Amino acid sequence: MPQLFHRGANTIARASIYGGLGIIGLFFWVIYAVNDSPYFDFVGVPRPQPVQFSHKHHVQDDGIDCRYCHTTVETQAFAGMPPTHTCMTCHSVLFADSPALAPVRQSYADNTPLAWTRVYDLPDYVYFNHSIHVNKGVACITCHGRVDEMPLMWRQKTLRMNWCLSCHRSPELFVTPREHVFDMTWVRDGDQRDMGARLVKEYDIKRLTDCYTCHR
Amino acid sequence: MPERPTTGQLVPRPPVIAPDYTPGSVTDAISEIVLKKPHTVPWLAAFAVTSLVVLGFLAGIGVLLFVGVGIWGINIPVAWGFAITNFVWWIGIGHAGTLISAILLLLHQEWRNSINRFAEAMTVFAVTCAALFPLLHLGRAWLFYWLIPYPNLMSLWPQFRSPLVLDVFAISTYFTISLLFWYLGLIPDFATLRDQATSRFQRIFYGIFAMGWRGAGRHWHHYQMGYLLLAGLATPLVVSVHSVVSIDFAYALLPGWHSSIFPPYFVAGAIYSGFAMVITLTIPLRKFYGLDGLVTDRHIDNMAKLLLATGLVVDYGYLMEMFTAWYSAERYEMFTLYNRMTGPYAAVFWLVLAINIGVLQLLWIRRVRRHLLSLFVLSLVIQSAMWLERYMIIITALHRDFLPRSWGMFAGTFWDWLLVIGSIGLFFWLFLLFVRYIPMISIFEGREMVHKAAREAGVR
Repeated sequence: MPQLFHRGANTIARASIYGGLGIIGLFFWVIYAVNDSPYFDFVGVPRPQPVQFSHKHHVQDDGIDCRYCHTTVETQAFAGMPPTHTCMTCHSVLFADSPALAPVRQSYADNTPLAWTRVYDLPDYVYFNHSIHVNKGVACITCHGRVDEMPLMWRQKTLRMNWCLSCHRSPELFVTPREHVFDMTWVRDGDQRDMGARLVKEYDIKRLTDCYTCHR
Repeated sequence: MPERPTTGQLVPRPPVIAPDYTPGSVTDAISEIVLKKPHTVPWLAAFAVTSLVVLGFLAGIGVLLFVGVGIWGINIPVAWGFAITNFVWWIGIGHAGTLISAILLLLHQEWRNSINRFAEAMTVFAVTCAALFPLLHLGRAWLFYWLIPYPNLMSLWPQFRSPLVLDVFAISTYFTISLLFWYLGLIPDFATLRDQATSRFQRIFYGIFAMGWRGAGRHWHHYQMGYLLLAGLATPLVVSVHSVVSIDFAYALLPGWHSSIFPPYFVAGAIYSGFAMVITLTIPLRKFYGLDGLVTDRHIDNMAKLLLATGLVVDYGYLMEMFTAWYSAERYEMFTLYNRMTGPYAAVFWLVLAINIGVLQLLWIRRVRRHLLSLFVLSLVIQSAMWLERYMIIITALHRDFLPRSWGMFAGTFWDWLLVIGSIGLFFWLFLLFVRYIPMISIFEGREMVHKAAREAGVR
């Protein structure tokens, strides 16, 4: 009786066992990598807006404070989006005829708000409050990055739950002195851990990792 | 040799294998079922019926996934219903297969060699059916992988203190070990089939699964070591898997569940129902395929005795559960017991006791143990009683809460019953395929038995 299988069958058998394991491993790695990529979390992806609004120009060149537009960031859950009237405080005079600002003037004339594309949009099942974070010493740049260097707005952090928990589990690694919260360019001197440990104690910051802290 | 003096009604024990078998005829008897015999009408009819039931099962699952668990009878306060009953029932049935293949192997119970193959197949299929139910019970079954600890973007782990997580590990370990054990035992037999087969397709098909087995001394040496190691790994699983299942209940601070007797009581119940299933499968199999010489009356008798022994342990569990409730003098424990005995589900309670304590005692009688039809009927009755037992444990503990305000009733809906019957259909559908395409009795261990029987006869 001739041999049923060619000698190469042994190699094929081994290759299919180890290759199978490899393919399964690769499959899960690809799923993880794709989920963790900007394709899903939009990190570093500038989003198109109805008006080419530049944070870089307004914050860096003009030196406008964050709170001039995002008025409720210290007192409410939502930081606040400026009404068109806020834009028009300057732009009724400055660049009043600029074609780039036509949608702003249209909005002002029609009394309809501009439909900005939300860059930092949390799912509805997450409760988030800006005021408590700002008042406990979480700086704007900790989550939003150097907004003063962004011509168009993009997301700096993933907004994934592991990112939330990285700070909720060890806030001392991220906390900033309150007086520097709105400062785009402040750089601490010395060790973050030393300063963080001191601030955590001083501001009475708790490690809030219960499910219902955010999922209410 | 002088005649052995007969005392009273002493009946000689039947042999583990009929004396007229030779190694060659054992091989032929088992392999021809797979390789030569054409499909028979009863097999085709059974396959058609079970296929229809499986389709119904799939439809039931489809509707469940589409609409949600609201189609079942579950609600507050009875949030665990048929799905958990079926799960515990099926996973329990699997246990007899592991006991036969692992513990009886380590104890050198040779008679196991004729029944271990299909008992192991029974385990694999029963665990398959069992594993479906907790997943369907999740509600959002497609998120089942949240049960598994894996690196994720939420920085979340399952709650390791929960027995429900232990369950995932227990069942996946159990399924993996059972499958490997079954397959390892099959390798020499696949090689036999490869060599016996006449068509090229069959030779290649079984040849792939035989993994190049040539029956060399080195092969057997490694094989036996591997088989023993797997048996050693599987042995603790006989006890651990159903213990973990039982602590799903026992961890809850619920009268009727919160009891330290649950792990041994559940393990005994598992093996008990499992042996009933082995008997249910054995009796028709050996009749339809003429395997009386390989699975002899000795096997049937031994299994019936094991059924009786494990059943008595279950009975002890019943009595101790009741005794503990009474002895604790705890108002809520007593109420649960009283509610079981006299409440709206009292009929289920008394039926379970009547069968598992009362009817079980028939097995003390040798004529019942050797009478195939009564044993077959008895095994079916016992399996139904064991399903009802799990139903009773789950429903009666839940439906009357501490506060009468939150009392409620439970009844299975059409979809509940469809999944019970559907899973039974799936089990037998898989088993029918197994019987036709895989040797249902271990060929090489059959040859070994012939060899040993011949040697023993020679010595005498």
